[in-house]
Amino acid sequence: MYAFMARRLLASIPVIVVVAAFVFLLLHIAPGDPAAIIAGDIATEAQIQSIRVRLGLDQPLHVQFFQWAAHLVRGDLGTSIFSNLPVSRLIGQRLEPTIALTVLTMIFAIVVAVPIGVIAAWRAGTWIDRSIMGFAVLGFSVPVFALGYFLIWVFAVRLEVLPVQGYQPLSAGLGKFLESILLPSLALGIVYIALIARMTRASMIEVLSQDYVRTAHAKGLSQLPILLIHALKPASVPIVTTIGIGVALLLGGVVVTESVFNIPGLGRLTVDAILHRDYPVIQGVILVFAVIYLAINLAVDLIYTVLDPRIRY
Amino acid sequence: MTVAALPETTARRRRSPLTEAIRRHPTVTAGLAIMAVLVAMAVLAPYLWTIDPMKLDPRFRLKPPSERNWFGTDHLGRDLYSRVIYGSRVSLQVGLAVAVVATLIGTAIGLVAGFLRWVDALVMRVMDGLMAVPGVLLAIALMALTRASLETVVIAIVIPEVPRVVRLVRSVVLTLREQAFVEAAEAIGTRFHRVLAKHILPNAVAPLIVQATYICASAMILEAILSFLGAGTPPTIPSWGNIMAEGRQYVRVAFWLLGFPGLFLTLTVLAVNLLGDGLRDMLDPRMRRRL
Repeated sequence: MYAFMARRLLASIPVIVVVAAFVFLLLHIAPGDPAAIIAGDIATEAQIQSIRVRLGLDQPLHVQFFQWAAHLVRGDLGTSIFSNLPVSRLIGQRLEPTIALTVLTMIFAIVVAVPIGVIAAWRAGTWIDRSIMGFAVLGFSVPVFALGYFLIWVFAVRLEVLPVQGYQPLSAGLGKFLESILLPSLALGIVYIALIARMTRASMIEVLSQDYVRTAHAKGLSQLPILLIHALKPASVPIVTTIGIGVALLLGGVVVTESVFNIPGLGRLTVDAILHRDYPVIQGVILVFAVIYLAINLAVDLIYTVLDPRIRY
Repeated sequence: MTVAALPETTARRRRSPLTEAIRRHPTVTAGLAIMAVLVAMAVLAPYLWTIDPMKLDPRFRLKPPSERNWFGTDHLGRDLYSRVIYGSRVSLQVGLAVAVVATLIGTAIGLVAGFLRWVDALVMRVMDGLMAVPGVLLAIALMALTRASLETVVIAIVIPEVPRVVRLVRSVVLTLREQAFVEAAEAIGTRFHRVLAKHILPNAVAPLIVQATYICASAMILEAILSFLGAGTPPTIPSWGNIMAEGRQYVRVAFWLLGFPGLFLTLTVLAVNLLGDGLRDMLDPRMRRRL
């Protein structure tokens, strides 16, 4: 187990290196002078020159890269051009709302999606199955921000049962926290629910056609234990894979959802950074998101061994 | 055989190909039908009782839907109906362009990776890296580097979509290379480009079409997200994302500014997704019962 974890961690390193190299090059592959891009449209030559020196852009590319990478390894993500604060501190301040939103949405989505996927597979071909799958296609098609505003309009503007926007940290009390995060989770979760429900149904249909499931029926077991014990457990490996892959979708949605609901998380930090062309922050955030994605997929791989004892690494 | 039975069988045989197609592939038909209406809407925009989507009319600001302005007006008094109709052009253009360009580039890279082992390791690490960054984030980061235009939006969306195509094509190539008919073709001295054109590509076409459809749907959503966040299509072009970005601060008083473009965007993406699901079932019957 530990050997597997070590190997799996080592395998993530090349991916991180690629992401880091890409993030570094991002500023240099763009047409034009990066310093001029950062300075914006109304900047004097002297301002551009000072940015160039401050970011070390006047040095050769490979020197810049190694300097940047050396800082990175020490956890130094640079300094924000806009606010002059260390990027790692800015990210640290914004981490809580994003993690709260992501984790809550994941839990909420799995709790909803797996049961409806199981029901769709159990009742495959009936109107129940068709309406669940119809809902899933719709869930894939509605953009998160459109759904977000629709929910705000229904629940906050018309019914006035929930706050319009804003975020209350967990320290403000569980009730307030949940109230502020409910609509964002709902908006963000739909795509993820659609994805997991479809995979659950597909995987369950395959397992339900197996001989041992028929045997279980034949020996007189009732429906529920067959669905949950005989079928869902072996069907869960592809479902868990989808949950892992879908995290990229979820993290992308977080950026948008935070803008819609005014949640001061990493997503808002990114959007603000882009509007200010604050490149060190953009680079830092992309790296952090990539690390979160890899960490969750590492966790998914570990869950495999629990779900399917035949999988040995 | 009884005489009475005859007319019934001939009637059955004579069922028009269209009805037959609808009966056998309802999802594709539904998707195609909605798409046809939307494409017609985009092409015929000037003739659909629209006015200039940029025309300001300060006397009629933030007016709800009425007989004069079917979808209401925005904060500058522009006619929302005209803006939404013209907005379909942006979504369809970006969706189609991204699907075509990403598929072509991805196929080229995927073929090389599938055939040349030493390139494969390198290319796949780069693709893994690209896939570890959420597509939205990658696209907005790329947009922050360039001046906003329709072309840069397409490029910024193509880059995060390419790895999906590369993985697909590479896996097709790797499976086919081991097949007896490809080995046989190589053994009798068929040239490489002929093996590629005759044996490899035809087998990749079906999954590629399906994948391209999904990429088209995802590109439309991404374009709207970029515009919505202020990092996409220039605000001078009425795109659904731009309309919603401008309307977002009026969510309490003028929900139509968000509702109508949101509805059209959802409907368009839904049509493309239905098309993709239907095509997948049609082209790969084995998958039919699965997803």
